Amino acid sequence: MGAVVSVRALHLGEITPEVRKGHGVSPGDHPKMTTNDTHVGASTKSSGSSVVASVGQWMTSSDHKKIGRLFIGWSLVHAIEVAVIGIIFGLERMSPSSMQIFDGDAALQLSWLFRHVLVLGLLAPLFIGIAIAVVPMQVGSKAIAFPRLAQYGFWAWFFGSGLVLISLIANGGPNGGNADMGDLFLMGVGLLLVGLLSASLSVATTILTSRAPGMSLDMIPAFSWSALIASIATLLTVPVAMSNIIYLYVDHTYAQNAFGGGKGMETWLGWIYSAPHTFVFVIMALGVLAEVAPVAARVRQPLRPVLLGGIALISTATIGAVTQTNHVLDLSGTNGDKLSSTVLFLLTNGLPLLGMLVALAVAMLSFKEGKPTVNAAFAFSILGVLMILAGATGSFLANIKDAGLQGTSFSEGVTLYLAYGGVLVALGALTHWAPKLWGVVLDDKKVLGLAGLGLIGTVLSSLPLYIAGFADQPANIVTGFDYDGPVALWNVLAAAGSALIALVVLAYVGLLVAAVSAGAGAKDDPWDAHTLEWSIPSPAPANNFASLATVSSSEPLLDAKPSQEVPA
Amino acid sequence: MTLALPSAPSQTSRRQVLVGTALVAAAAGMLIAGMLAMWMKFRAGAPTRESADGLKIIKDWMSKDIIVPEVAANTMFATFPFAALMAQWAVYAAKRRDGQHRSLALVILFGIGIAIVNAQVAIYAQMEVVVAEGAFGAMFYAITGTMLALIVSGMAFTAVAFFRSVGGRDDDLQVISANALYWYFLTAAFTAVWFFVYVQK
Repeated sequence: MGAVVSVRALHLGEITPEVRKGHGVSPGDHPKMTTNDTHVGASTKSSGSSVVASVGQWMTSSDHKKIGRLFIGWSLVHAIEVAVIGIIFGLERMSPSSMQIFDGDAALQLSWLFRHVLVLGLLAPLFIGIAIAVVPMQVGSKAIAFPRLAQYGFWAWFFGSGLVLISLIANGGPNGGNADMGDLFLMGVGLLLVGLLSASLSVATTILTSRAPGMSLDMIPAFSWSALIASIATLLTVPVAMSNIIYLYVDHTYAQNAFGGGKGMETWLGWIYSAPHTFVFVIMALGVLAEVAPVAARVRQPLRPVLLGGIALISTATIGAVTQTNHVLDLSGTNGDKLSSTVLFLLTNGLPLLGMLVALAVAMLSFKEGKPTVNAAFAFSILGVLMILAGATGSFLANIKDAGLQGTSFSEGVTLYLAYGGVLVALGALTHWAPKLWGVVLDDKKVLGLAGLGLIGTVLSSLPLYIAGFADQPANIVTGFDYDGPVALWNVLAAAGSALIALVVLAYVGLLVAAVSAGAGAKDDPWDAHTLEWSIPSPAPANNFASLATVSSSEPLLDAKPSQEVPA
Repeated sequence: MTLALPSAPSQTSRRQVLVGTALVAAAAGMLIAGMLAMWMKFRAGAPTRESADGLKIIKDWMSKDIIVPEVAANTMFATFPFAALMAQWAVYAAKRRDGQHRSLALVILFGIGIAIVNAQVAIYAQMEVVVAEGAFGAMFYAITGTMLALIVSGMAFTAVAFFRSVGGRDDDLQVISANALYWYFLTAAFTAVWFFVYVQK
């Protein structure tokens, strides 16, 4: 163990006498973090106080916390948008014969808008945003790697999302009737995927290159580990989607005879919006729980390598993404057919589910071995992960051919469980890291209530679609299906669930805005947490750390505290 | 509250640009691999019909009127290893802090890039593939156009490295190495494209 630096000094650059004497670190000798990040962050302040100056400051900021908050903020706007679409969707299905809101084409585009915003407008960017905001602080870096690329990533995603919205409104999505708008749809999806790729590249490079001295990969916090796995999985799978988009775009623009025009978009792009590819976007949800649970239990994470292995196992979903299919378990045919079907099914559906179960079980071990206190962040996280698990289990069932659930609304229920479950976990993450991102601690009791409402909303919006799937209600809104009778009830409940989710997100944002407006200053380490981000002031300053600490365990801050934790 | 954490020694560079380039190469590799997989899928699934005399089975994939200009395609294929060699020469010179040879290698590399782009344009001119003519036309332009875009990106990277080099950045080994890594990736990617698109067709 070398010299000591006070935790406060990590930010302020104060060096204790022991350090000066014993190890030759002099005041002002701030080690350079990487080749690229010394210039970052400090230039984000603007002297002007006008709205234009403020907008300009946000648009050009290279501070990772601002870029992350942009992603998070717009994803939450999309959460409300998608919940409203969910309400309309449910109403449309209640009785299309007597109360039709949209005609055939518009209803189809509404289905696509719902699906698109759930996955690429909400689930993926929400967690990438949290990773951008939190990961550099967690790994002890002054900045994110390639901050301008991360910033570009946000704007590409933002404008790409806008193009997709315009094209779908103008009937240009898959199976749409407007060919020009179809081109715009492909361009929009391509642009937003480039945005997500850019952001993922920044996150992965930060974790691989900008960790604090001594922090080997097996010592990085669980959330950062999950961010690394998710980012690399994104970098490996999304380009495959890009290859389809390039082909579709060229064919759709010039020929329209190889990929099936508008219909082809659904055939060749549908897998991006479906499980198992969507599992890639929820890997970080397990990381949030693994981060929050041991802090709430005031104990070091037991069986940490198993936890990291479980999180990594979820990334086997990339196999299904690369092969662009959901590998249905089909036990007909020869023994060879049965074997290959079973192996591919278990690789793409079974292993990710197993990874989630392992990560959940090991994260919860900390509760068994510690002195747990259930706070709002933990409640949101555990409930959200349970919902994600319900979605993954549903996906497992839906891909068994004999279950007869393919093409039914059951698959919509899967996506909703994953997306709304992801929103709950993300709200837990925001509650946990609010002191660092906004300098506030949210009212635990109020947020706990919202977690309960979020659980009810997610179950209400998703479970009825599972049940309606068993009643053969088709996916999307179709003409010719009798939506009257028992399924009407399930669609009403699904709409009510989406309404509740919109309410929860709005209420949460309201609580956050009120807390920030009140300016209630949060302590530097309000949760008595374990990782480096809690060693700097709240809210985290630009450039995060003024000087760096050497890390020698996966819980560096806990090492520095007087022993309070229950030994694992 | 004052808690003790061990202080850190001065930190050396962690090769951010090199690692970032490796990740970009991996992602771009998946892009090309995905496109080639689709190419093979469509080629294998192309409809077949009998010839007019009934003696042969013809696959409706690439029109028999289209002739691949083998000289240009093979020259491109053979040129890429030289590009990689020049990129590695730049790394060698950078390690020795030899600014003149480093800059020379980068200029030649950029020139090779122009030659490769020129060969691709020649292929387009000579093949005269109609983009709207079946799956082959659309997919041919999509995959070769994507490859061309990746090559132009490599040239831009080389140009940046060159200007940094002539600007006197003698400590730029990381950027030069990353540039070489990207050209190695381009060589591997084009080898695959050459084999599946120009040789196997």
